[in-house]
Amino acid sequence: MDNTIRVSVTDRQGQVHELDAPTDMGMNMMELCKSAELPVEGTCGGMAMCASCHMYVESDHDLPEKSDDEEDMLDEAFFVEDNSRLGCQLHLTNELDGLKVKLAPVGN
Amino acid sequence: MIQTDILIIGAGPCGLFTVFEAGLLKLRCHLIDALPQPGGQCAEIYPKKPIYDIPAYPSILAGELVDRLMEQAEPFKPGFTLGERAEQIEKDDEDQFIVTTNRGTQHRAPIIAIAGGLGCFEPRKPPVPQLADFEDKGVEYIIKDPEFYRDKKVVISGGGDSALDWTIFLAEGVASEVTLVHRRKEFRGHLDSVQKVMDLAAAGRIKLMTDAEVIGVDGDGQLASVEIKTKADGNHTIETDHWVPLFGLSPKLGPIADWNLNITKNAVEVDTFDYSTNVPGVYAIGDINTYPGKLKLILCGFHEATLMVQSAFKRIYPDKNLVLKYTTVNGVNGFEG
Repeated sequence: MDNTIRVSVTDRQGQVHELDAPTDMGMNMMELCKSAELPVEGTCGGMAMCASCHMYVESDHDLPEKSDDEEDMLDEAFFVEDNSRLGCQLHLTNELDGLKVKLAPVGN
Repeated sequence: MIQTDILIIGAGPCGLFTVFEAGLLKLRCHLIDALPQPGGQCAEIYPKKPIYDIPAYPSILAGELVDRLMEQAEPFKPGFTLGERAEQIEKDDEDQFIVTTNRGTQHRAPIIAIAGGLGCFEPRKPPVPQLADFEDKGVEYIIKDPEFYRDKKVVISGGGDSALDWTIFLAEGVASEVTLVHRRKEFRGHLDSVQKVMDLAAAGRIKLMTDAEVIGVDGDGQLASVEIKTKADGNHTIETDHWVPLFGLSPKLGPIADWNLNITKNAVEVDTFDYSTNVPGVYAIGDINTYPGKLKLILCGFHEATLMVQSAFKRIYPDKNLVLKYTTVNGVNGFEG
């Protein structure tokens, strides 16, 4: 189907959620996870200002480079790895079909 | 004891607008906020970001919105208890609430309006095992008095301005040894602070560890060392008297969770008739409340504040009739002092 992609999100208990995501709604991964009621806070609402939508990208999709804002916010996150991203900065496009992400653990 | 009509918990946009709407009904307000300045998230997280959905403002910076709300509230002389967290709530025998902060400041009011947004902002704590055992025993999340670190060995973690500024300050004749640990090579602080830190490191006056993070703490009751994982050459144990992790602030619902309010998913349930909670006299407005169809928008919070003060008035003055008066007809008549 046009304008819908399938992404998979592994939650913090290891359960995999296959989600159908619209690519014509201007949504990002943080919003998609929230709408699926997955435990992603998205405190700042998607401005790359809180790091509460930290996730790991586990597929080898060609993703847009991290902006300075995103790098800066990852400084305030924990369990940061080379494949760490902020979900709010991953905008859902047709190219991301088959994307696999895993939610990062949360601190105290 | 501070006495007021409506005690507002949270000095964000919603709390500030409540002062104005309450003032029109001749009700006085006092605000408590855990942050040192009014404005809540708008001032703390995104003061320089434009907001586009405030009616009649095609675009306004969050910080500017706060300034204007302060200006709008000013005629009604709100009181502020800032930098203190509302901790405890109790009722006295005259049906008034007593709210005590973490610093012991007491407030008394017949009405409580919780406008707490996401909760109170607290330092983000790194997920290091046994960290809690060393809090205030060598681990501090905020530097209150730099003299505390005189002639001590200090490890600082973080990559922002506070980590850089304190590293520079403590390295210049305060601490005996300063180590700055950061997860990557680049820093996000001001360029001149970054340069200064680089210079101090080059001169051997601080130890700079990049691509590194603190993963463990150890000591016998008092912090004695931290374990640092580096990308380049494995783990290091560094002897230290203090570790100061500076990873910014994140909101927590905090003590409100224990106020016997009905809470769903970190939000306070309210009746949309007047935004009252299950505790008579306690209301919740803005991002902290929830009800069917709730949208977390500043716009909606303003509406909630306006309806809430009407209900609060009727609770304080059950025998008085309230007639809606338009500001265009009556103007804004503030309080004398």
